[in-house]
Parts: sequence; structure tokens; C-alpha cells
Amino acid sequence: MFPNPFRHVFVTLRLLATLCLLAASVPASAQLRIEVSGVGLTQLPIAIAPFRGQESAPQNIASIVQADLERSGQFRGTDLVPVNLDELARPELTAWRQKGADSLVVGSVTRLADGRFDVRFRLWDLTRGQDLGGQSYAVTQADLRQSAHRIADFVYEKLTGDKGIFSTRIAYVTKIAQRYNLWIADADGENAQSALASPEPIISPAWSPLGSQLAYVSFESRKPVVYVHEIATGKRRLLANFRGSNSAPAWSPDGRTLAVTLSRDGGSQLYLIDAQGGEPRRLSQSSSIDTEPMFSPDGKNIYFVSDRGGSPQIYSMASTGGSVQRLTFTGSYNISPSISPDGKSLAYISRVNGAFRLHLMELASGNAVAITDTSLDESPSFAPNGRLIIYATAAQGRQSLTTTTLDGRVKTRLAGASGEIREPDWGPLQQQ
Amino acid sequence: MKRILLALTFAAVLSGCGSSVKLDEVAVEDKTGTLVGAQGATAGAAGSGAAGGAAGRGALASQGVAPVDVTKPGSNAAVQQGPRIVYFEYDSFVIKPEFQSLIETHARQLRADPVRKAVVEGHTDETGGREYNLALGQKRAEAVRRALGLLGVTDAQVEAVSYGKEKPAVQGSDEAALAQNRRAEINFR
Repeated sequence: MFPNPFRHVFVTLRLLATLCLLAASVPASAQLRIEVSGVGLTQLPIAIAPFRGQESAPQNIASIVQADLERSGQFRGTDLVPVNLDELARPELTAWRQKGADSLVVGSVTRLADGRFDVRFRLWDLTRGQDLGGQSYAVTQADLRQSAHRIADFVYEKLTGDKGIFSTRIAYVTKIAQRYNLWIADADGENAQSALASPEPIISPAWSPLGSQLAYVSFESRKPVVYVHEIATGKRRLLANFRGSNSAPAWSPDGRTLAVTLSRDGGSQLYLIDAQGGEPRRLSQSSSIDTEPMFSPDGKNIYFVSDRGGSPQIYSMASTGGSVQRLTFTGSYNISPSISPDGKSLAYISRVNGAFRLHLMELASGNAVAITDTSLDESPSFAPNGRLIIYATAAQGRQSLTTTTLDGRVKTRLAGASGEIREPDWGPLQQQ
Repeated sequence: MKRILLALTFAAVLSGCGSSVKLDEVAVEDKTGTLVGAQGATAGAAGSGAAGGAAGRGALASQGVAPVDVTKPGSNAAVQQGPRIVYFEYDSFVIKPEFQSLIETHARQLRADPVRKAVVEGHTDETGGREYNLALGQKRAEAVRRALGLLGVTDAQVEAVSYGKEKPAVQGSDEAALAQNRRAEINFR
């Protein structure tokens, strides 16, 4: 049918596609699994019907939507769900309300002639008997999960008034044997793709405000150096490769500047550097350690860790420099500040009786509480809607990522199959 | 060599997956979320379909990730005499007297060979945060660099860097292991 040369090309392409599938199965073995380990109190009961035509798709849309919503801590999927209902149906609203659900999601998946899938859904408010709208997506098989996350975002926003974060992405680092990988994954930990593989450590990934780039520290040249990495192209540029150590990159909210920790002038001190590179401007002037900078959401302040008082504590200063204010006073080891998107809360790691625990402080009052009972918590990072925090922790001798609600009541472990999983950073909301 | 070639081929294939296959596909694809037809919902309650449906819009952003592998052949082991590791007490950057002769040995070699460069790598035990430990390791490295400087080694010859807790010398969480990991290594390049 085809002339020979074309046939050859086709065979090669098929081989390439097969190899790509093989490569795609590599991260699959390192995929993260959800283990809900807590119980929430006031949760909205929601019934999510199996999507009509579900059997034609390799991903179960309804269960992805339900897992997303339950991970938020604000929803509880009901056991009783309707069958044989889709987005075009007019459900018996009162009947489903009586079965214990306040809202109902119905939808369908249809395989299109071009191999893509048409995913549709509709959300019903059962308490008020209202149709809250729906959407449809035509997606490739690879984007089926993403369409489910979009549905969860829609439902979440309609029913809570807050932005959903299920279609956002997270970055994290794994160490398996002596290999380090920087991964980009969906917010539920699935669909991980390797952005960087290295025989040397990678730490402190930080998403750019628009989500197209990551800054991180790589030891590939046998010292810590800060790179900025374009995710879609894999193009990297050296941001800070000065004499000594270069670390702890943090983006300003406008994406134009990064705060970094440099030791080029002796000691670990904070500097500001243009996102395109260039000469750094020194921000802190102390004879102590100043590190782990993080911009406030309005860009006006920088939170950071310093041992100027004799032990590591969290401080803030204007992002133009100047006087410094101490924020943590309890405990002798407070590190890794992360500021909520509304600027009102500070998540950080505090050592209490030898245990490193995730804490949350209300900045206005200074009140702080531990929101975990684990002992090796690291690297907290807020979801872009401020309703969840992701962090690394170790349980049963294994490092994994966990998300928690701000009250610590609902935690979901995104448990890896093997190796150490660490250094999570939650990416921004997807650009519409 | 064969293995390297194979790895390179695989890497090339991987980048093929990342850029040509995945990204191109995403770029040309119409993933704009469109409105579910209101016809089914018109039968719905209270005619609120339009209001609800108005939110039915949304594009799926590109999810492409192009992988990068920075593995490269291991580099030289420079000619360097004598033990080269200085150990530290917990939370300390003070060089104990027992390591003075080790530092003198390296200072002598560096003074004798002024074009020789050395890197002092500071390390910590596994306790605590990664970035804070990086800063602690830097303090240890700088303490050793200063000690070399006092013995006449120029600043230009020695770079102090830190690995923090990322490269423990030994695995384990007992005090013996932790003590082995709190160290600064003098490495000639």
C-alpha cells in the first residue's frame, strides 16, 4: 500500500512510539498513591455517578474526581451513586437528596473518531434543586486525568467559592539508588514526568509564578549552583554560579527577581538577582547564617531563616532590605518558612522534643500549632488556593509526600513505590 | 562504550518523546473546554442552566515536560597526600587540635604548588532541614579554608562549598554514623 521508503518511516515511528511508551512506564513505577489517613468533620456529601461510556476510557473519571474532592478535606463521596445517568439526564433530585448527597455529578466519556475522548459532565445542587452547569473537553488519552482534575476544580469552585487546585502541578525530587530526578506531576502525584535526571543531588525546586519554569539547586558540577529550567523545552540557564555555595532560590511574585543564598562574600547571606541573571545585590548583612528566603505574596517582604539569635529562627524584612523582625520565639529550631497565598499564615518546620513537625502560625496573632504528629517533616508548600499544604515526611522509615488541610485533620499520603521522595513545591494555578 | 551509546540513544529517544511527540501534539490540539449543550438541562430545575453553564469554559494548559539528563563521565582524582577529612562536633565549626597537622600537610602541598586548586566541601549529619544544613556545612568549609589561609595558602587557591546533608559519608542514624558525616573534605582539583 505504501511505497517502501514511507513504510520504513512508519516502522521507525512505531518503534519510537513503543520506546516512548516504555519510557512513560518508568515514572509509572514511581507513581504516588493516595492513602487518606484522617477524618474530617464538616464535609459536603457528594454523589459522583460513573460516567456513561466509562468502559471505553482507560481512566476512571468519576473516581479521579472523587479522590480529588476528598483530598481537599471538604467533601465526602457518598456510597450510593446513580447509574445510567449522564449530563443530559434530568435526575430525580429529591430522591438523590434523600440518599444523603447534597450535590451530584453526572457525565459521559465518548471516544471520538480521531482517537480523542469527549468528556462531559453536569453538576447538580440537590439541596436547592439547581443545575450548576457543566463543561465538555475533547482530550487525548494522556489528558484524560487532566480533564477529571478540571471537573473537580469546577465542582470545588462552584460549591466552596474557592479556586480548585486539582489541575495544578507539583514538583518534587526522588533519590533512587544514586540517581536523582526532578519530577513534575499532577497535584495528586500521578502522571509524573522527569524534568531532570542527575547523578548528583537536586534540592529546593521553586516554581516560577506563571508555572513555566523551575528554579532549583543542582550539585551536578560538584557544588551547589542555582539553575532556572524551562519545563516545556528542557532549556536551562545558570542563574547563580558564584564562588562558594549558591542555593535556596525564591521567586518574587512578579517573576522578575529571585532571592538566593550565596556564600561568595563569606557566610551564607541573602541576595536578590535578576531572573535573567547578572550581578546579585546583597540583601542581608550579618555575620550569621541567613537563608531560605521567601517573598510575601505582595512582594514587599521576605521571610527567611537566620541563626543570628543563636539558633535558627524565622524572621522577616522588607524586600528592599533594612530592619529585621523576628517571628518565631518558641523552640530552638524553626526553619523552612512558607507563606499562604493570602499572606496571613506561615507554615514552617519546628523541632519539638527532637521531632521536626510542620507548624502553622497565624501571623496576626503569632499563635502557632503543630498540625502533624510525625517527626521528620520537611519542606512545606501551600497549594495556590491556600487550603492545603504539601510537605515531605518519613513514616515507617520511608520518605513520602503528604498533603494536609490547614487544621491538620485530613491528610493524604502520596506514597511512592520505592526510593526517597522529597522537596515538594506546589505550582501555581494553571493559566486560563 | 556500548552502554554509553545505548544510554545516549535512549536519551535521544526520551527527548523525542518529550518534544516532538508530546509537545507538538499538545500545541495543535484544541483543548478548549466548551459548553455542554443546554438542551438536556432545559428540562432541569428553575431554568438555571444558563447561569451555571456560563462557567463552562476552560482550556487545558500544556502539560509537556522535556526531560534533561546531566549524567557525565566521572572526573579526575588529583594527586593528594595524606588524610583529607576534618571531623566536627555536633553543631560546631571549631577545628579540633587533632586535625591541625592534617591541615598543615595540605597547606604545605598547596603552598608548594601555587597553581594547584583545592575545594573544601562542608558536610553535616542528617538532622534538620536541607537548606539550613547547607549553610551549616558552608560554615565548616569556611573554617577549614580560613585555617589554610592562616598557614599561607591564598584565598584564590581554595574554594569553600557545602553539600549540606546531601552526601553522607556513611548511612545510618546512630551517633557513630552522624559523627562520621559531620565533616569537611579537602579535595584537590
